[in-house]
Amino acid sequence: MSEAFTVPLHAIAHARTGDKGNRLNCAVIAHAAEAYPLLAEQVTEARVAALFAHRRPSQVARYLLPNLWAINLVIDDVLEGGVNGSLGLDGHGKTLSFLVLTLPVTVPGEVLALVRSAIGARAISV
Amino acid sequence: MARPLLIGNGAGFSGDRLDVALPVVRTLIARGGPAAMTFETLAERTLALGVLARRGNDDAGYEPMLLPLLRPVLGPCLGHGIPIIGNFGAANPRGAAAAIARLASELGLRTPRIAVLEGDDVRAVLDEPSVLWPEGRPTGEIVAANAYLGAFPIAEALADGAEIVVTGRIADPALALGPLIHHFGWAAGEHDRLASGTLAGHLLECGAQVTGGYFADPGVKDVPGTERLGFPIAEVTEDGVITVTKADDTGGLVDRRTVTEQILYEIHDPAAYLTPDVTLDVTEVRVAELGSDQVRVTGARGRPAPDTLKATVSLSGGFLAEGEISYAGPNAGARARLASDTLRKRLAPAGNSVRSRIDILGLQAVFDSDDAARGARAVEDGEFRVRLAAASPDRAAAEEAAREVLHLYCTGPAGGGGVRVSVTPRIATTSALIPRSLVTPRVSLLP
Repeated sequence: MSEAFTVPLHAIAHARTGDKGNRLNCAVIAHAAEAYPLLAEQVTEARVAALFAHRRPSQVARYLLPNLWAINLVIDDVLEGGVNGSLGLDGHGKTLSFLVLTLPVTVPGEVLALVRSAIGARAISV
Repeated sequence: MARPLLIGNGAGFSGDRLDVALPVVRTLIARGGPAAMTFETLAERTLALGVLARRGNDDAGYEPMLLPLLRPVLGPCLGHGIPIIGNFGAANPRGAAAAIARLASELGLRTPRIAVLEGDDVRAVLDEPSVLWPEGRPTGEIVAANAYLGAFPIAEALADGAEIVVTGRIADPALALGPLIHHFGWAAGEHDRLASGTLAGHLLECGAQVTGGYFADPGVKDVPGTERLGFPIAEVTEDGVITVTKADDTGGLVDRRTVTEQILYEIHDPAAYLTPDVTLDVTEVRVAELGSDQVRVTGARGRPAPDTLKATVSLSGGFLAEGEISYAGPNAGARARLASDTLRKRLAPAGNSVRSRIDILGLQAVFDSDDAARGARAVEDGEFRVRLAAASPDRAAAEEAAREVLHLYCTGPAGGGGVRVSVTPRIATTSALIPRSLVTPRVSLLP
């Protein structure tokens, strides 16, 4: 068993948020199939609720989509009323995928290496 | 089996790039075979703004950029038998249709057969006791109330020979599902096929969001040619296999990651995405990369659609005041916090008539809550922008709040500059669930 590293979720997954009224959804998708079990294990409803505590979520639901290497988080009442009611700059919550991606996760070294190679394989040299 | 249908998208929201549709149409023509072109330009609020614009002006209330959007593609689409379907009719589909007819004449084209789809306006039935209000019946002046119509009326318009279908409020995926129903003759009970068509429409409806837009994260998720992103094309077979591609000779990309992000965009329970035509289940969907910018999506499943149609109800939402001022250089963080504290104290006497929020852009803003419960990092040097937002039902109170930012030029901390202030009317929205028996979609061919 190799060493494990604590890294931001951004190191192993990508994410996209969408809004409907005052409800936010955030799909979190592993960069490699081997990283998906870590999402299922560590990106829990309770941890996501804690990450959004300052916006007082009324409920966090999580749906598992192993075929897509993804989890879908549905976070209720965190958009300050939504795009038509919020006073914030981002009433849609479009930036909040990157708040979710700050969540620390613990990743075995070999999984981290696989993810980095999957990301590297798609990199575009500029 | 009928040949697959190619469906292009030329806009994912009102405000999308105007030069993206032509490369999609050129690609549809080059690939040959049956094709349709879709435009999605109607956000929740857009329709209410259209209703306000239409008051006293019969040539308003439809998508303001309609003619610039269609001008480059109208001739090629009519010339190659590619129907155009768009919700750019907004609050005035007949006005949009008349404008398209004028555009065709101006371009020296023959008069196209244009269908308008109406019946989405449900203001007249909101008092019926069978209408449900999940968030409570709103008080205040209702500006607009529109039910999300389904795909079958679009198919009916195409069967009647329409070359252009202009709609108002419609479920976004229906823009693609309509031509699929028409092309393959799918029936209302073929739930898995309707689900596949709905998923194809869902993947297309936000335009570039499936081709590398809303996606790039340099060094992690690179996207080539972001200044010339290609818009998407979906090929759909009779049994519902979807292949997502994009316009030829454009930037952007289509891969497993872009497609997966968009499959789950604005989805809540992935086993039950409700539309007027079908309940879509994406839990067994699989995504496979076939080649460069070519992704196959299979496994969508469907169940019957809900008994009610969702409607978006828009109300006057008072006024939003916003003001910003910048501080930079040594001790800028402390000066920005002082400006923020000053604004808070100045606004306190307004009490409950004004709801306000203060951000310091660069320190704490979009991740925070209206009451700044998350808080800021303590950084002293840098460039920071203090932003006040204040909402009030009363325009004068909103304007007074905004002026508090302007006052900071001469009364605030040292070196405050670059003030911008605005006051805008707001639209508030809520949802209603309308029994289908109260909604009658109507297709009319013009002239």
